[in-house]
Amino acid sequence: MRYLDEYRDPDVASRLLERIRAAVTRPWVIMEVCGGQTHSIVRYGVDRLLPEEIELVHGPGCPVCVTALETIDRAHAIAERPEVIFTSFGDMLRVPGSHGDLLGLKARGADVRVVYSPLDALALARRNPDRQVVFFGIGFETTAPANAMALVTAKREGVKNFSLLVSHVLVPPAIAWVLQAPDNRVQAFLGPGHVCAVVGSRPYEGLVARYRTPIVISGFEPVDLLEGVLAAVRQLEEGRAEVENAYARMVSRDGNRAAKAMIDEVFEVIDRPWRGVGMIPKSGYRISYEYRAYDAERVFEVEAIEAREPAACISGAILRGVKKPCECPAFGVTCTPRTPLGATMVSNEGACAAYFQYGRAPVPRTLPVAP
Amino acid sequence: MCLAIPGEVVERFEKHGMRFGKVRFGGISREVCLEYEPSAQPGDFVLVHVGFAIATVDREEAARAWEVLEEIGQTAEFADEEGQEP
Repeated sequence: MRYLDEYRDPDVASRLLERIRAAVTRPWVIMEVCGGQTHSIVRYGVDRLLPEEIELVHGPGCPVCVTALETIDRAHAIAERPEVIFTSFGDMLRVPGSHGDLLGLKARGADVRVVYSPLDALALARRNPDRQVVFFGIGFETTAPANAMALVTAKREGVKNFSLLVSHVLVPPAIAWVLQAPDNRVQAFLGPGHVCAVVGSRPYEGLVARYRTPIVISGFEPVDLLEGVLAAVRQLEEGRAEVENAYARMVSRDGNRAAKAMIDEVFEVIDRPWRGVGMIPKSGYRISYEYRAYDAERVFEVEAIEAREPAACISGAILRGVKKPCECPAFGVTCTPRTPLGATMVSNEGACAAYFQYGRAPVPRTLPVAP
Repeated sequence: MCLAIPGEVVERFEKHGMRFGKVRFGGISREVCLEYEPSAQPGDFVLVHVGFAIATVDREEAARAWEVLEEIGQTAEFADEEGQEP
């Protein structure tokens, strides 16, 4: 397909790799922020093609992974109600709350349905006026305009049985969180291309100025990622720190003005807890007061939630790029995509799930010996 | 989650008071809301995320970036023949 297949061309990739090898003179640590990029890097083995001086570490950009356990438990409490049709993107179904996942709830009789778009959930509400349709609105800045449009449309049409349970998170505060950590190792970032298609590259200029760290807005195909790495390495080697756009066919400096205006119309910025991380100031959206009738948190009163997280999980360190999945004793043993213990194993964009899926689980050192 | 895929707009229409398009991705096509890319016309490529076009592919930027990549290729091949780094 056009604008996709050519960015998987092995000849172009190998030429970019030559350029990278020629540019690098010393070790550098580069973080790809977005979970989609992590998935692509591990799937195509981009990290293993790079010269050994360059270490790619995987960032916190998987919204399914970082949705707070308390929010998951709240979602489950709402989904259990008999009047509710609970709708969500498919990758939220297996995310473990304190008491199982949405698939388990569905098996016990809850009406849980997977939709492709929040507009599909709104269509369900139109068709089922005697039911309450709730959409689990998670995601980064990329997804926020879609969820905002669903609410604005519902309000305009007077649809009263539709609401959104929102857990939106924002990328720039997460980058600042990574850089502020005392044990931070990250020296440059591959910026999230599709987040920037909406918000533009401008919001990253302040981060670069403040932390003197290169950010290269990158796409998701192997050639896009290698272009991003090449630009980041050149900046590092030359001692520059700039916002660079290696995904200009999709990203402009100001992004999508109509989409940003709709976000401003419906959402307001709040402090938000990230699973595996903790509270990050001004790192999320909630539904503004004008749209409160469509806020599932206000529509459905849920009793105090006591969330319990498994102790074995090191996803906080993985999301900061301090540890790799293989360094966790639970990885691939007690923690797998079918039985995830925490944030980074739950979605296929989480670093642990990507490592597991593409065969990077540890091989046992001692094989059982036949008697 | 932030997966978005480019597809070609083949048709425009209105639905529920909003601008929509039929967008083709390789062999399949689906309805996509064009409210955020209202000027996208049939023949344009749009970047689609959860049923919404969030960007239109900038053909000039795409062509320019690809030229740079092709140039890298040519100089790299030249370097191979000469047996030295470009």
